[in-house]
Amino acid sequence: MSPVDALIRRHRLRAIELLPWVIAVAAYFAFADYLSLGSQILIMILFALSLDLVLGYAGIVTLGHSAFFGVGAYAAGIYAARVSGEPLSGLLVGAIAAAAVGWASGLVILRTQGLALLMLTLAVTALLAEAANKASFITGGADGLQGVDIDPIFGIFRFDLFGRTAYRYCLAVLFLAWLFARRLVYSPFGRSLVGIRENATRMHAVGSPVRRRLIAVYTISASLAGIAGALLAQTTQFVGLTVLGFQRSGEVVIMLVFGGIGRLYGAFVGASLYMIAQDQLAKLDPAFWYFWIGLLLVLLVMFARGGVLGLIDRLLRR
Amino acid sequence: MEALISILFHGLAYAMILYIVSVGLSVTMGLMGFVNLAHGVFAMAGGYVTVTLMNTYAVPFGLALLAAFIVMTLVSVVLERTLYARLYGASELEQVLFTIGLIFMSVAIVRFLWGPLPQAIHLPAALSGQLDLGFRSFPMYRSFLIAVGFVLIALLWFGVERTNFGAQLRAAVDNRRMAESIGIDTRRLFSLAFALGSGLAALGGGLGADILAIYPGYATEYLVYFLMVVAIGGLGSLRGPFVAALLLGFGDTACKYLVPELGAFFVFVAMIGLLLWRPAGLFGRV
Repeated sequence: MSPVDALIRRHRLRAIELLPWVIAVAAYFAFADYLSLGSQILIMILFALSLDLVLGYAGIVTLGHSAFFGVGAYAAGIYAARVSGEPLSGLLVGAIAAAAVGWASGLVILRTQGLALLMLTLAVTALLAEAANKASFITGGADGLQGVDIDPIFGIFRFDLFGRTAYRYCLAVLFLAWLFARRLVYSPFGRSLVGIRENATRMHAVGSPVRRRLIAVYTISASLAGIAGALLAQTTQFVGLTVLGFQRSGEVVIMLVFGGIGRLYGAFVGASLYMIAQDQLAKLDPAFWYFWIGLLLVLLVMFARGGVLGLIDRLLRR
Repeated sequence: MEALISILFHGLAYAMILYIVSVGLSVTMGLMGFVNLAHGVFAMAGGYVTVTLMNTYAVPFGLALLAAFIVMTLVSVVLERTLYARLYGASELEQVLFTIGLIFMSVAIVRFLWGPLPQAIHLPAALSGQLDLGFRSFPMYRSFLIAVGFVLIALLWFGVERTNFGAQLRAAVDNRRMAESIGIDTRRLFSLAFALGSGLAALGGGLGADILAIYPGYATEYLVYFLMVVAIGGLGSLRGPFVAALLLGFGDTACKYLVPELGAFFVFVAMIGLLLWRPAGLFGRV
């Protein structure tokens, strides 16, 4: 079988890939009391999925991905509070704002690598957090952004108290984003990203425009993260400074790594497990939750590189 | 003029703390290329050891600092041998994840043992007054920090430039393979450097407990500053981080003094500019 055939075969939709969607729909009916947590999970899956494009496929180690999540959240929140409560245009505003920040920062920081790049991703986020904190006349500063009122979707589906509409809305957006991301990673563009991750020098040598590709995927990923942020702003009708925090950047990396990086579904597995475990364990002892996460992370790096999906892979291959 | 002296003085004291904490990080990153985000944890732990010994057991400041240095040196040797050593040569992402895991665990432990509030340090009476230099007086504690900082820098310089150990260390940073092939045991060298660097960080945490408050968020909140010193200064040198610490100390103090409403904004912008101009840092070898 030629490599091209292998790629085409891999691109074909397998039945197991529909499993997340079956579960998501089943969860809607089975856990009607937990739908707000469900929406949060779907949002974090989208956020982790956007990170996977950058970290898993292109191999850019970033600790500042919350920058784009936060920009999307603030853009959509401010749009809703000041301009219009129409949700879909709000998503678009969030995506465009985050993409613009992603493109501008990517243009600048992707010239570096290693420690300098890590520092720059941290610095960009810290800069934006500082800006959001100080520009309280528009962002609400430390008190958070108030007055985010969202109109019914298409003028029909009103956001209800039980989070039913919010869940369906998040699920629909995530589904579209997944289709897009799936298409992207199996495209020649996606393959070239993997090439850059594996050996950037060789990609230069075969004439691939490495830096332009990296900036492109950084921008695309930023816009997806921005949509996730916008969804959070719209479904919770509030934006606080934590959307731009180091904690959120760290957590999304952890979620993705738990699930398994560079495999598209790591985001689904990791974010769901993390959020559900947090919801259950944090009730018992919120402070010690981070101890277990830290311990799990250390063990994961030591013994289970590849995350949950990597482990399943290895078990199946035996 | 008055403002300028004040900024320079406070900036210098701040820079000393940043330097003492970060210098070990520069050496470990330069020597083994290990991205140790958990370096601030050693400083935090040093701070807690110092404060607890002083407040609960009434140990004098100097002795408490010495104890913090020794305890964290020993702890870091154990950590390095059992955990860190397994990840040399692992990918950057794995090192980042591992050290973030360490941060999360240590933050939870510290919060469990000491609670979420900052630990107040009760400085000895000799350090709480003013130092009168004739033309104006300076806070005693910060003058003490500056003096200790210069003594430590002199010791470090002597250790690295004039001793056999220092010569081996420099050789290993410059060219690890060459150093190994002429018989230098770089693994042992690295363990020593790691332990000393962690001990220094603990010392810095204890010394600076009145400037960088000791609380569970210590390791994450100041992480950016410690990393900044290393990234701007350049890896594997003593001089680079010192210049970077001075720049950061003066810059940060001046910004907070002159334009408090912009906060840390300028510092981050300056760092982005500097790193774009010289991605390997001011004194880094590319």
